[in-house]
Amino acid sequence: MSDQRNVWIFIEQEEHQIAGVSLELLSKGSEIAHRLGSQVWAVLCGWQVEDLVEQVIWHGADRVMLAEHPELQVYRTLTYCRAIIQVVQASKPYIFLMGATPVGRDLAPRIASALKVGLTADCTDLLIGDYTSKKDNTVYKDLLYQVRPAFGGNIIATIVNPKTRPQMATVREGVMRCNQPDYTHQGVVEKVDVAFESGDFALQVLSRELREPTVKLMDSPVIVAAGAGVDSREEFELVRELASLLGGEVGASRAAVDAGFISREHQVGQTGSTVRPRLYIAAGISGAIQHLAGMDQSNKIIAINIDPHAPIFQIANYRIVGDVAEVLPLLIKSLREKAK
Amino acid sequence: MSFTRSYQSVVLVKQVPDTRNVSGNVMTADGTMNRSALPAIFNPEDLNALEMALSIKDQYGGSVTVLSMGPFQAAEVLRQALFRGADRVVLLSDRKFAGADTQATSYVLKCAIDKLGEYDFVFCGQQAIDGDTAQVGPQVAEKLGIPQITYAEAIIDLLEGEIVVRRAFDLGTELVRCQLPCLLTVVSTANKPRPPSARKRIEFKMAAIPHEYPRLLNQWVEFRDEQALAKYLEQRKLNIEVWGAADLDIIETNLGLAGSPTQVYKVNYVVLETTDSKDIQPTPEGIQALITELVQEYIVG
Repeated sequence: MSDQRNVWIFIEQEEHQIAGVSLELLSKGSEIAHRLGSQVWAVLCGWQVEDLVEQVIWHGADRVMLAEHPELQVYRTLTYCRAIIQVVQASKPYIFLMGATPVGRDLAPRIASALKVGLTADCTDLLIGDYTSKKDNTVYKDLLYQVRPAFGGNIIATIVNPKTRPQMATVREGVMRCNQPDYTHQGVVEKVDVAFESGDFALQVLSRELREPTVKLMDSPVIVAAGAGVDSREEFELVRELASLLGGEVGASRAAVDAGFISREHQVGQTGSTVRPRLYIAAGISGAIQHLAGMDQSNKIIAINIDPHAPIFQIANYRIVGDVAEVLPLLIKSLREKAK
Repeated sequence: MSFTRSYQSVVLVKQVPDTRNVSGNVMTADGTMNRSALPAIFNPEDLNALEMALSIKDQYGGSVTVLSMGPFQAAEVLRQALFRGADRVVLLSDRKFAGADTQATSYVLKCAIDKLGEYDFVFCGQQAIDGDTAQVGPQVAEKLGIPQITYAEAIIDLLEGEIVVRRAFDLGTELVRCQLPCLLTVVSTANKPRPPSARKRIEFKMAAIPHEYPRLLNQWVEFRDEQALAKYLEQRKLNIEVWGAADLDIIETNLGLAGSPTQVYKVNYVVLETTDSKDIQPTPEGIQALITELVQEYIVG
């Protein structure tokens, strides 16, 4: 088994809904497995979730390890750990990926600790390549390069796990592209039994209240984002108006969120959403590295800033040096005229 | 009268470079980072963790012990913890710990917590602002063999051997009940950390690790030598303990770089630049031309 070099994906589901990041990881996993000449295996835990298997296979899984048990109906660290560790130890994956969601960030480190393997959090890219250890010049073939920002996004580090298996990593939602489902793709379902221990039930979930996101930044083709340079309600209304004219969403830098003009859900950047819209308009955003890290993959970037030396201009395709209070109305007026 | 027990808490804290305020002089012209230009601070969410532990002590009694693993300079965050009300602080420092990833770090913290003995809670911040991994907390819990409650925002109830905690995510909350002992990782919205108390600032002004004694001797000329200073500090419990590998029941191959399964293959400094860019004049004509171009290129529909 261990020479199969399979790529495993944890399929996160909540009330019968598969997390978007899990499907994105199936796409990325397929790409990596193709490169390694191996398979994509998915781990799906829950209760009465067998009907989700089809979707997992269409998105690229060659095999689905299905752990169904009433105790797995609601996510809990210890019960999910028990189930996953059992299947991992039985089948020895080469790579194991999870979403960097509240569930993944709770579960992955616990599993990595139990398995005594390396784990890299919040990867922004995953590649396959060779690594030569500086200690003894040993060459490790086809390792997983785990690329992630560190030091508040000021550096990009590539991490490897030369010796321990599986090589584990978490990836944030929206960072990897999700392929269209392939309805002809075939896969095998393997049901697994879980043997719990009494200590696994030390924690009980009394209630859980999750709400749907009111902002869909990641899916929006156009984002008009406001920064510290948008410093009045009136100017903020201009940002909203422009976004609505373009059929887009309103984004924000941390400064605008902290100023109280808009909720944290709209924040773009390392501690907000990672976005890559067709058009990103940065209004009054200076371009701190934490913000740029969340939007620099946008197709076209228009930057409006009063300061000609603002870092945002280094990545902008269209640079407008000027006051947002004057430039935004011009953009709105021009768009209205086009629409006529 | 109902019997209420007291609780022993351990808080794990980290000194971090203040990556939130990276300014011009931190990034050098060749794109590398001048780390010494970043001030070293108490990791913000670790202050929320400390506050949660202190508020349990305020309400139920018990003790708060603060551990930090890091270089000698990290003694500063331990003093800050004493100023806020910690009963005991220990610095975990050894060359052998250097280069540790989250796995090797959580191993040292686990061994140190074992050495402390009985405890009801381990608290840490949800994540540190330098690594942003949020991994050490859950990994310490796993190594201790205790349950974890990540994203902890509020303690709703604390009964004999059980705690009810509200967890907070971007898109909702969860209420959980958990047996003790357990580990909690605390989010920034949990509380407003108390400032250092003026009285404790005076009381613990001289609290120091032996490495800092030469500096203190320069400041406090009334001590003849380090020995006299050490004796004075010990009598007043102002000597901050430092534990190295030799002080812990530890397997050395699990430490530092050698004990870290992850290795850094390479580091790139972020230089963001675009080659395809043009200046647009902030005039009606300039903006109109821009919109026309965007429409022609199907960027605006």
